Amino acid sequence: MPVNVSMNVNGRAVVEEVEERTLLVELLRENLRLTGTHVGCDTSQCGACVVHVDGRSVKACTMLATQAHGADVTTIEGLADNGKLHPMQEAFRENHGLQCGFCTPGMVMSALDLVARNPDPTGGEVREWLEGNLCRCTGYHNIVKSILAGASAMRGGS
Amino acid sequence: MYEFNYHRPGTLEAAAAALAAAEDGQVLAGGQTLIPTLKQRLASPSDLIDLGSIAGLDGVRREGDAIVVGAMTRHADVASSPDARSAIPALAALADGIGDPQVRNCGTIGGSIANADPAADYPAAVVGLGAEVRTDRRTIAGDDFFTGLFETALEDGEIIVSVRFPAPRRAAYAKFPNPASRYAIVGVMVADTGSGVRVAVTGAGDQVFRAGAMEAALGGNFSADAIRDASVPSDGLNEDLHASAEYRAHLVGVMARRAVAAAAAG
Ligand SMILES: Cc1cc2nc3c(=O)[nH]c(=O)nc-3n(C[C@H](O)[C@H](O)[C@H](O)COP(=O)(O)OP(=O)(O)OC[C@H]3O[C@@H](n4cnc5c(N)ncnc54)[C@H](O)[C@@H]3O)c2cc1C
Ligand code: FES
Ligand code: FES
Repeated sequence: MPVNVSMNVNGRAVVEEVEERTLLVELLRENLRLTGTHVGCDTSQCGACVVHVDGRSVKACTMLATQAHGADVTTIEGLADNGKLHPMQEAFRENHGLQCGFCTPGMVMSALDLVARNPDPTGGEVREWLEGNLCRCTGYHNIVKSILAGASAMRGGS
Repeated sequence: MYEFNYHRPGTLEAAAAALAAAEDGQVLAGGQTLIPTLKQRLASPSDLIDLGSIAGLDGVRREGDAIVVGAMTRHADVASSPDARSAIPALAALADGIGDPQVRNCGTIGGSIANADPAADYPAAVVGLGAEVRTDRRTIAGDDFFTGLFETALEDGEIIVSVRFPAPRRAAYAKFPNPASRYAIVGVMVADTGSGVRVAVTGAGDQVFRAGAMEAALGGNFSADAIRDASVPSDGLNEDLHASAEYRAHLVGVMARRAVAAAAAG
């Protein structure tokens, strides 16, 4: 039976009619055409689908759309400000933190949750935090570098 | 995923009623085990009863010398709870080592112990700390809660409400994680409680179990030295591509010694 779910996505109120078994990532990608949130696995392990729900990073492939009813959802599309990249996005660009880019939206959304809790993480803490994000291209080194640079920029450093 | 009917009850009573009325209902907590299972079509419940909107089911609170964790409390919230960190740091640290940050942001203690995965972390805390599991019907001793591989003492339709952990004098959890999933290949909780030492082992067998010989040795002398040569028999332990039964038996000794050393160092 279709159900109505409503939520705030990137600051915009949305109401969608979905099947009860619809995943949050399906609602984002298929109903709202927010295709920056990726699906890289079907075992909840890769983190390509990470978005924020009420300020916490979650795997959008492992949450029903109905579970996010009434929530504030932020996706990668919600970060840039009038075309100006978010400092964390800019840091990935500057530091060659991506190759194919498939994992990048999830990496960035996950990183922002870390920085919200721990504004000045060490490289080791970043690596630990990325337990749930897999990259098949870069070997992580530049991703860690990007996140440290992004965190520094967000603290107002250079 | 097969189709199901979705319910979002606002009270525990309404949840129990929805569960009783469903042909083949199942409760949904953090979804970190259930949703992957549904996606793989390994389960096909007729109804999902989401506990997410029931007030009072989540949060960590102190109750005298004990810590009470609501069934819907997410792993991340146990890890960061000031009460858990001060009264039972081993419990907060265990929660902080589950899976990855996104799993910890959704997964709950109720879902973890109801699922009773043989490699899950929380069962070691429930048994190792001598906890009790409170449901909408009764209180179950932690020692009696896990009854087999993915099996618990829960009856049909019974819902976990909270878990009560008495604060030990000192305790620590040491885990040898699967490098991909972080589930325990072997995890050992050692607790020096007011009434004896408890050693609970997860990951090694088909369910969490206590290592009696180590408990006895540590009762006289709470130091890693007291269990220097201790291990558990490998008969019947889990064997898979990650580790043989003998390797797991060996790891039980190693993890137990690490946990004792950490607990003794405070
Ligand atoms: C990538 C990944 C890595 C993981 N790594 C680890 C790890 O390292 N260690 C570890 O321990 N776990 C790990 N997990 C599992 C995780 O901890 C789950 O959160 C947990 O097993 C289930 O909790 P949940 O709240 O998500 O429950 P759900 O998935 O919603 O439910 C699980 C089961 O419990 C039942 N249930 C839920 N709540 C209740 C209740 N209150 N009363 C009665 N029954 C209930 C449900 O009906 C269902 O059968 C991992 C999971 C993933 C996806
Ligand atoms: S798509 Fe891989 S974890 Fe969500
Ligand atoms: S950049 Fe290609 S998967 Fe990470």
